[in-house]
Amino acid sequence: MGYQLDFGALVQYLGLFLHGTAVTLGLTAVASVVGVVLGIAGAAASSSRYVWVRRLIAGYVELIRNTPFIVQMFFIFFGLPSVGLRLTALQAAALAMTINLTAYAIEIIRAGLEAVPKGQGEAARSMGLRVLPVFGLIVLPQALANVYPALVGQITITMLESAVVSQIAVVDLTHVADYIQSRNFRSFETYLVITLIYLVLAVLMRRMLAFAGRGLFAGRAR
Amino acid sequence: MTDFTLWDIARNLLLAARWTLLLSAIAFAGGAFFGLVLLVIRMGAWKWARTTVMLYVELFQSTPLLMQLFLVYFGLPHLGIDVSAWLAAAVCLTLYSSAFLTDIWRGAVEAIPRGQWDGSASLGLHYLRQLHLVILPQATRMAIPPTVGFLVQLVKSTALASIVGFHEMTRTAQILTNATFQPFVIYGMVALFYFAMCYPLTKASRGLERRLATGGR
Repeated sequence: MGYQLDFGALVQYLGLFLHGTAVTLGLTAVASVVGVVLGIAGAAASSSRYVWVRRLIAGYVELIRNTPFIVQMFFIFFGLPSVGLRLTALQAAALAMTINLTAYAIEIIRAGLEAVPKGQGEAARSMGLRVLPVFGLIVLPQALANVYPALVGQITITMLESAVVSQIAVVDLTHVADYIQSRNFRSFETYLVITLIYLVLAVLMRRMLAFAGRGLFAGRAR
Repeated sequence: MTDFTLWDIARNLLLAARWTLLLSAIAFAGGAFFGLVLLVIRMGAWKWARTTVMLYVELFQSTPLLMQLFLVYFGLPHLGIDVSAWLAAAVCLTLYSSAFLTDIWRGAVEAIPRGQWDGSASLGLHYLRQLHLVILPQATRMAIPPTVGFLVQLVKSTALASIVGFHEMTRTAQILTNATFQPFVIYGMVALFYFAMCYPLTKASRGLERRLATGGR
């Protein structure tokens, strides 16, 4: 075969690669922070004494976890404008990723909360702490420490799944690849390099978050 | 211009859902086969082979499925193989699921007590017979709930095949949207159809897990 792989043609696009990486990581950061905060709220509320609150949260979690991310994103970006909610591609991508991660975070953190022995909360109550401090200072930190690895895994999955946002023309890493290969016709080389960048990002992200977790939850995890 | 009734849309989506299901089935069957082969290597005696399988799994779990799809779609022609969207999607999802299934099953096999290996070895069974007669029958029970759980992930993943132009349910939804300008209805409906496929699997996985936890044999 006469085809020679040529990676040299990619060097001139370094700036674009960096831009795409920044967008991918930025979206992941927004989705992670908001998703985990909402996940904590959702997980706390799923032990609410009101049945309809529990049902609502369970329904949300199941709906998101049992439909593809790309369909959720298309629904938000293409579907919502017809009911009057018009979002830019970037906003739609951030919203879709956040909604998606929130559902998984609720499920993960809920499992963490359930694993904290009841006595922990009861003991704190008997010390005179109110409900909110008991949750925030005693129960939640232990729960998060227990499920932190699962959360890190889910955040990494969200980052990898975000490749799909290129389909609504968000200029993320994948979109950069689409653009470059449409100019230099080196599709295989381009996608290979981008795939390697994702691989490095995923490995680094896991490492760094695990490292941060060791500091954050020192001595708490069991 | 023809008018699409709600039923026309639903019918077309349901017809396309066949391809979603078929692609999922092929990827699962192929993935289970290769996953089993990889598992045998992964648990075997050769260190370099074990490491290779570990890297293979890591590679698929740490890169976007969309990139894997593009690499197969644009890479196979360089090997002289003419790929259709159909073939690229089937090959890619098969490799993808083989990596995940191997990893899930490895977990189940490693949960089998060491004594089972030693015991069966002392009966004179060699590696493959140990796996086949002693280890896998016990590991299967443990492996079924997460395997069914992975099926949900696989069905959802087939939606990405739409991007390389395979006409499954998501691609059909895009085409219908272009023809009818009713994205809200169509993507809503598509989501419900995926839900109808995945939710029973989720329930089944959870039910099996609970039965396993209570030790129902």
